[in-house]
Amino acid sequence: MKLLTHNMLSSRCIKGVSVGYPLKISAKNVRLVNCDFDTDFTVRIIQKLDWNALWEAAESVGHADDIPKNLSDIDDYDKNDEFLRKVHHVVLEVEVIEGELECPETGRKFPIEDGVPNMLLNEDEV
Amino acid sequence: MKMESSDKVKYVLWFAQEHVNFRAADIESVASIFNIEVNYHTEISDVPYCIVELPSEKEAHLLASRCISLRSVLELWGHGKTNEELHNSIQQTPKDRMYPHFVSEKSFRLTVETFCKSLSMKEKVERIESFSYLPIEGNVNLKDPDVTFYLLEYFGQDSNNIPEQPYELFFGRWVADGQRSLIQKLSLKTRHFLGNTSMDAQLSLLMANQAKIVPGSLVYDPFVGSGSLLVSAAQFGGYVSGADIDFLMIHGKSRPVRPNQKVREKGESIKSNMQQYNLSSKYVGVLVADFARPLWRPDVRFDAILTDPPYGVREATFKVGSWRGPDIKPIAEKHLPHHIPAKVDYDLQELMRDLLDFAANHLCMGGRLVFWLPICREEYDEEKSLPKHKCLRLIYNCEQVLSCHSSRLLLCMEKVKEPVTKEKTPPAELTSTTRFRHRYFGGKEQKE
Repeated sequence: MKLLTHNMLSSRCIKGVSVGYPLKISAKNVRLVNCDFDTDFTVRIIQKLDWNALWEAAESVGHADDIPKNLSDIDDYDKNDEFLRKVHHVVLEVEVIEGELECPETGRKFPIEDGVPNMLLNEDEV
Repeated sequence: MKMESSDKVKYVLWFAQEHVNFRAADIESVASIFNIEVNYHTEISDVPYCIVELPSEKEAHLLASRCISLRSVLELWGHGKTNEELHNSIQQTPKDRMYPHFVSEKSFRLTVETFCKSLSMKEKVERIESFSYLPIEGNVNLKDPDVTFYLLEYFGQDSNNIPEQPYELFFGRWVADGQRSLIQKLSLKTRHFLGNTSMDAQLSLLMANQAKIVPGSLVYDPFVGSGSLLVSAAQFGGYVSGADIDFLMIHGKSRPVRPNQKVREKGESIKSNMQQYNLSSKYVGVLVADFARPLWRPDVRFDAILTDPPYGVREATFKVGSWRGPDIKPIAEKHLPHHIPAKVDYDLQELMRDLLDFAANHLCMGGRLVFWLPICREEYDEEKSLPKHKCLRLIYNCEQVLSCHSSRLLLCMEKVKEPVTKEKTPPAELTSTTRFRHRYFGGKEQKE
């Protein structure tokens, strides 16, 4: 699971959970992959990101040093190549291979196996 | 389609005669991606040629750079119903448009292509010689010419009644080829990871065009299966993600589908398909998830949603649940780590309702949802059989006939407004999808 996926993911599937965001990551195995950098995509995706959730996620997998805690600390980020490359690295190149996601409201855990989060509930939960 | 006539440069869109119903949507979507104004002189029909007017040759190259249904684009220099009409029309074409291609420095080739009739070499040579009045000075080069001229002859489509003389003739200069070569490149025959119902490369590419995927689009397939739609979306530069309820499929552990293959190879997965085509950089990820439950942060917006939902014929339609109903006993703690959730049937009407609601909520404004819907052909009624949503506008409806009584429609919808309430719309009463599976397997007798 890349942090971009995590940034969009919620646990609203659980009954009674209305926000379910952001999910807490506890990672057992994190892998770095190589992805081609694309300036336009990175600028566009920053507008779609929940920055706080991204920073917390990056911190929980040990990559918080790569990006600032507040997006507003960076002026004219769309022209800052160094910053954009770091964001690209955090959202697309850091991948959680094994671990768990935890619903912030109920504590329900969703396993991540082989890089794929399993968001299925059991039949007694739907 | 606008039809106008003027002295501007005309082009022939020369289509491959396959998936004929999809070609208009293909051309129009690509024209819309690049903002190209196309003036149609003839309508796009089942005839493999269409005469259009384009602002310049640059636009012809752009169209060809994405269109899958297009074989080639030619600059039209002559057109007629008879040989005489054709040659008259060539002589009226402005010389300054043709002559720069006739200079001695440019080697050339003249190719005769017929539709629905084959000509002998002698007949072809006769036709080529009929152009001897053109002052072409360059040398003939059949292998790698600088410029290629085409004579296209159309003998209709009824191979049992081929006329002596063609119905229509076209003469022109080759400008560009369409993207037919991608169909071979992404062919399922050489695809690493395959599922039972992997979408054929050509149709997936046509879907990606209809969805107007451009470099940097964020694309999602909620019924991803073996990820064949993601491959074509990524080929056009989309960043792709998907989800499926089938754990084994997502993890590449489902039963292999190739003949003579007993077990899946190690590492077979959607990701390995992306690697195969060198598209790993476009791969965002896949999840195991139940489409009947909300999954994403409410303000997540995708640029396009491409999907082939299961209809219960070749792939079962499931969601998590129990046949015992909602009052089941909780699962014991000790079973939890290895428990596989029970599943119940996911009614196709309900699934379609959920899909349209999902698209209305999670598409960008102007973003497109492209998906398949199975229908019984006899009962099909455009008004009643198609799912509708007040935030989505139907753009294209292309039919692929599967058998004498069933078809599937490729529907393309565009988001035109943001939904106001979070309430679910009631399931649409679709005559087509009601128990499609039952009809499909039941045949005629059981219909009463």
